[in-house]
Amino acid sequence: MTISIAEVKKIAQLARLELTPAEEARHAETISAVLDYMKILNEVDTGGVEGTYQVTGLTNVVREDRAINCDVRDKLIGQMPEVENEELVVPAVFGEES
Amino acid sequence: MELNELTITQAAEGLRKKKFSSVELTKACLARINERNKDINAFITVADESAMEEAKKADEMIAKGEGRMLTGIPFAVKDAICTADVRSTGAAKILDNYLPPYDATVIKKIREQGGVLLGKNNCDTFGHGASNENSMYGPVKNPHDLTKVAGGSSGGSAAAVADNMCIYAIAEDTGGSIRYPASFCGVVGLRPSYGRNSRYGVMPMASSLDTVGPITKTVADTALVMEVVAGRDERDATTVSDNIPKYSEEITKLGNKEIQKLRIGVPREYFDVAGMNSEVRAITEEAIKRFKSLGGKIEEVSLPHTKYAIAAYYIIVPSEDSSNLARLDGIRYGVRAEAGSLYDVYARSRAWGFPEEVKRRILIGTYALSAGYYDAYYKKAARVRTLIKQDFDQVFDKVDVLISPTSPFPPFGMGEKAADPLAMYLTDVLVGPAAVAGIPALSVPAGKTAAGLPVGVQIMGPRLSEALVMSVGHQLSFY
Repeated sequence: MTISIAEVKKIAQLARLELTPAEEARHAETISAVLDYMKILNEVDTGGVEGTYQVTGLTNVVREDRAINCDVRDKLIGQMPEVENEELVVPAVFGEES
Repeated sequence: MELNELTITQAAEGLRKKKFSSVELTKACLARINERNKDINAFITVADESAMEEAKKADEMIAKGEGRMLTGIPFAVKDAICTADVRSTGAAKILDNYLPPYDATVIKKIREQGGVLLGKNNCDTFGHGASNENSMYGPVKNPHDLTKVAGGSSGGSAAAVADNMCIYAIAEDTGGSIRYPASFCGVVGLRPSYGRNSRYGVMPMASSLDTVGPITKTVADTALVMEVVAGRDERDATTVSDNIPKYSEEITKLGNKEIQKLRIGVPREYFDVAGMNSEVRAITEEAIKRFKSLGGKIEEVSLPHTKYAIAAYYIIVPSEDSSNLARLDGIRYGVRAEAGSLYDVYARSRAWGFPEEVKRRILIGTYALSAGYYDAYYKKAARVRTLIKQDFDQVFDKVDVLISPTSPFPPFGMGEKAADPLAMYLTDVLVGPAAVAGIPALSVPAGKTAAGLPVGVQIMGPRLSEALVMSVGHQLSFY
């Protein structure tokens, strides 16, 4: 397989995704098939070709830097999973685990 | 004809002439949803109460003479597009409780006209899929045959329009997500040029490819919606400020004289793809013949990099996807998993809240962007993207538009491709290239197979040629 279970575990950790062993095996298999298919691109001579990262041709789009009252403060707080004194509660950043 | 079966053009006229009210029109759509949604599963959320209030307000606007094109017309929105105070999950459990505090710009423009929002359409989670079987809220079934898929990712939107649960829908197309289900459900779907419509408020999938567009019953309706929603948006720096044509008038200008000057390209590679269904091919050739009989110049052309489009697309898209989806972590909004450490909160919220295909794309994207692989995958794909774009640039020097099937085959059975992600990716073979190049592409119903399944043809044109693409599509609706 192009991508091993160990590599899937490593990427999943980087991407902050908890996977079951069955999922790890399934992803290793299906992603290997996808990556193998991608090898078709090696047939294309891209020497001297610049990459395309956008299609509009727009560059340095700017707007006036001004504050706007969005009036959604309460709604935003209402969407937070845990709130105390109108502040978002987050888990401790410095835990024992990685 | 029942009210919910009307087109925008017909409904707007009826409202203007006071033949019926928006309240009656909205009730007819809600009744249809109530009757059919349990079988088709086109809606994740039905906003019946707020829809009725909006309909009453729209009737007041019309009574005061303030009615505009979309005033009082009930519409539905793909769930990956934010709607203020109406639950928007993107078909992901991690956003099961999410009430956006704002409307996407496209939705805001429709609401300012007094449009009536019926609810939110089911889709493949965050647009990841071609069959609408990747939704955490269950698959969408094809209204023409409940054993077949509706197509994806905007399957709920296309099915809702096809089954007359709404008058029209607003959806999102990254690599075929409007055109593909439109063709499977027998309705019209436009992927506009990248940058024509604002992406603000659309849950991002691949930011360099995502577009927002209408799914409607007729091309004339698509033109009407585009007139309202297109344009530059300060909140989306990738929108262009080019003039917005009066699309609904432009599409009527393609008369017989103009058709005789029209050069229609038939891209060879699009008919040679593996698995091309003979009925789909015949129906598409029939559509091309119609233009030939009217005097249009038909020319076979070549887009040599077509066969590389899906490989490039499925590197670029998961790469951008994996970056965009990092924002969903259970911290500031959405559903947070119970866990001790911060790492576990992230990892478990995402494990619980994303379906398998979203996880797969995050993994592929993270891999493709990681140290040691970036050049081989992402950079290579971006270079191939240039060649695909150049193919189109060169071909549009020779022809005005291109015609092809939208999908190589008619709607397939539920579960038929679900276990093989690569097979599912390859279904995008005819809709992916236009997305990679950022050009407009329209899917128009062109006929049905012997089994009664819809077949769509795709019309592609140069960047910002929506008026021409829709004009050509409009012609196809006359036979």
